[in-house]
Amino acid sequence: METVKEKKKSTDSKKAIKISGAEAIIHCLLAEGVDTMYGYPGGAIMPVYDELYKFQDKLTHILTRHEQGATHAAQGYARVSGRVGVAIATSGPGATNLVTGLADAQIDSTPMVCITGQVTRQLLGTDAFQETDIIGISTPVTKWNYQITEASEIPEVMAKAFYIAKSGRPGPVLIDITKNAQIDKFDFSYKKCTGVRSYKPVPKPEMSAIQAAADLINSAKKPFIVWGQGVILGQAEKELKELVEKANIPAAWTIMGASALDTAHPLNVGMVGMHGNYGPNLMTNECDLLLAIGMRFDDRVTGRLEDYAKQAKVIHFEIDPAEVNKNVHADVAVLGNSKDTLGLILPLINENKHEAWHNIFKEKYKIEYDTIIKNDIHPTKDGLTMGEVIEEINLASNNKAVIVSDVGQHQMIACRYAKFSQSKSNITSGGLGTMGFALPAAIGAKMGAMDREVVAIIGDGGFQMTIQELGVIFQHKVPVKIVVLNNEHLGMVRQWQELFFEKRYASTVMVNPDFVKIAEGYSIEAKRISERKDLKSTIQEMMASKEPYFLEVKVEQEDNVFPMIPSGASVSEVRLK
Amino acid sequence: MENKWFTISVYSENNVGLLNRISGIFLKRHINIESLNVSKSEIDDVSKFTIVAHTTEKWVHNIVGQIEKQIEVIKAYYHTDDETIYQESALFKIASGLLFDERQIQNIIKDNNAQIVTVSRDFFVIAKSGRRNEIDDMHDQLKPYGIMQFVRSGRISVTKDEMKISAILKEF
Repeated sequence: METVKEKKKSTDSKKAIKISGAEAIIHCLLAEGVDTMYGYPGGAIMPVYDELYKFQDKLTHILTRHEQGATHAAQGYARVSGRVGVAIATSGPGATNLVTGLADAQIDSTPMVCITGQVTRQLLGTDAFQETDIIGISTPVTKWNYQITEASEIPEVMAKAFYIAKSGRPGPVLIDITKNAQIDKFDFSYKKCTGVRSYKPVPKPEMSAIQAAADLINSAKKPFIVWGQGVILGQAEKELKELVEKANIPAAWTIMGASALDTAHPLNVGMVGMHGNYGPNLMTNECDLLLAIGMRFDDRVTGRLEDYAKQAKVIHFEIDPAEVNKNVHADVAVLGNSKDTLGLILPLINENKHEAWHNIFKEKYKIEYDTIIKNDIHPTKDGLTMGEVIEEINLASNNKAVIVSDVGQHQMIACRYAKFSQSKSNITSGGLGTMGFALPAAIGAKMGAMDREVVAIIGDGGFQMTIQELGVIFQHKVPVKIVVLNNEHLGMVRQWQELFFEKRYASTVMVNPDFVKIAEGYSIEAKRISERKDLKSTIQEMMASKEPYFLEVKVEQEDNVFPMIPSGASVSEVRLK
Repeated sequence: MENKWFTISVYSENNVGLLNRISGIFLKRHINIESLNVSKSEIDDVSKFTIVAHTTEKWVHNIVGQIEKQIEVIKAYYHTDDETIYQESALFKIASGLLFDERQIQNIIKDNNAQIVTVSRDFFVIAKSGRRNEIDDMHDQLKPYGIMQFVRSGRISVTKDEMKISAILKEF
């Protein structure tokens, strides 16, 4: 650090002013364009909170009711806005409570900066009150982390933190700041970070790879695109659409890629993976060319790797070299930002038609519609289904809502049936599968996109994991719509117990409190419905409301999510029942 | 895919916590680090980790990819034994009396091309550099006479091919 620090001194043009480390942190946040942050105070971070008090007209701090809520809110904010989410906590338990959110942001490539207080420099290693080695603990779940022990390190390290969090493949950064560094005064001046020796965020695209990929695309008879969040993070939605249309290629998405291309687009054939659509899963093992764009071949996408797309040539468009050949061999790897690489390949692509190939997807969709989708969204049985609730939200929001889902059956249903007409509209915990994500993430999503309607879809299990964040919605009147799909079970685990553990329902029956009363305790308008006749009007009422709104829908208790690729099975073995 | 010996060379900044970050990548994959050495490298202000692991090429490829992704890592490589020149170093502490009473000890030192580092009233110390099996051989030869202390370093190695770190640094 020393050498860079010295260099910085000499290149800074701004005049230095003497301020405390805590005040410097606020100036760094403001310089990075931060307007909202989420956190929870405590002993070791109090000097920073004291400055937040003074700067409250410039920087909004939202007091979440648990530090985990702060991370998920920061994630929701980041995912919907494309900006860096910021969370702040004290040392010890405050810091360890951030770990789930850090791990979630790491696996889902979400730009986030977390700031933790730490005991004073002299007390490090003495097992002081609320001392914990958060650098050691957070190392495997951060893109970068650093412990500041001197006030003078703050500007350079904070600049580096924001640069690293948002550049290349984004991710979470944790900065741990000892109390003495917050209190001590130093000559402050700030300069944004534009590069770090030893860190190359975006590999330079190679024209030979682009050409090789174009040749494969132009000669393919049955090409198939699977795109992921890399399209959204790379802001390549337009380029993806142009490629899909010009080469006339059926395109499917991973859960993290949802909403990058309109659901209604005729070439959008649906979701891949464990509960993805029938056609896309089956056709993965029928296509002659698989174009993987900004996705990482998660096991929930590939099923059994030994039988995944073995017949196809694979082109992998990817920003992170470590993802290439990690799980699936790439015949051609096109490294770079998806916007750049797709932009470069477009002029080399011939216009094409693959009608017979498209018809197979249509046939498979018909089979899936008749056996599953019809019953999910237009059920004839008495009990309400999760699918029809999502469909009503689509209708009432004109497909324009941001859907924030938690984890489990309702998440799969929400991702399968939510219709999107705008990118960055599907906010969910994809890689880590963090129950409790949705409620705080929806708060962050709403604050990151105040002009958009944000609907949280949550199960009765996950809702109770971060239910305390209703307090934030109450205090700040955050106008999010909260829909709890209550099946009185941990539905996804129950489904697995039914299918693979001979219906031994170990600890999956939920004995729930009166959710409506709880919401009302927070002065949130709340309703419970259990009959179909009330569904449409209540959802319309909810969507029309300008206030926070809580809706509990009692749904069928023992419904299952299909199609399903059982764990360890091949994508070809996707089950319709 | 069969397990083989791989030497992983990591060029990096010299920062607190980087060792933890690198070792965590092995831990997450339940792969043991067989030996580890950290030193300066041929380039000023650039550190070099030399890590030996016994695993498959698939996993060493994965690990090197993850190591290289760390912010403070400049470049990481992996090599098989026949692509590198490598050595380890060992120290043997032996009771001084043996040096004079057991003539064979002097022969062992000579035959193994080892050096006496220091001699004191109570003990003397022998240094030996070489391949693992050469050091193990010498250990076996000395063992019957009694070894007071023994230590062997991690592997250090240079590759037959160029690493071109200076050129890589210029690109950043």
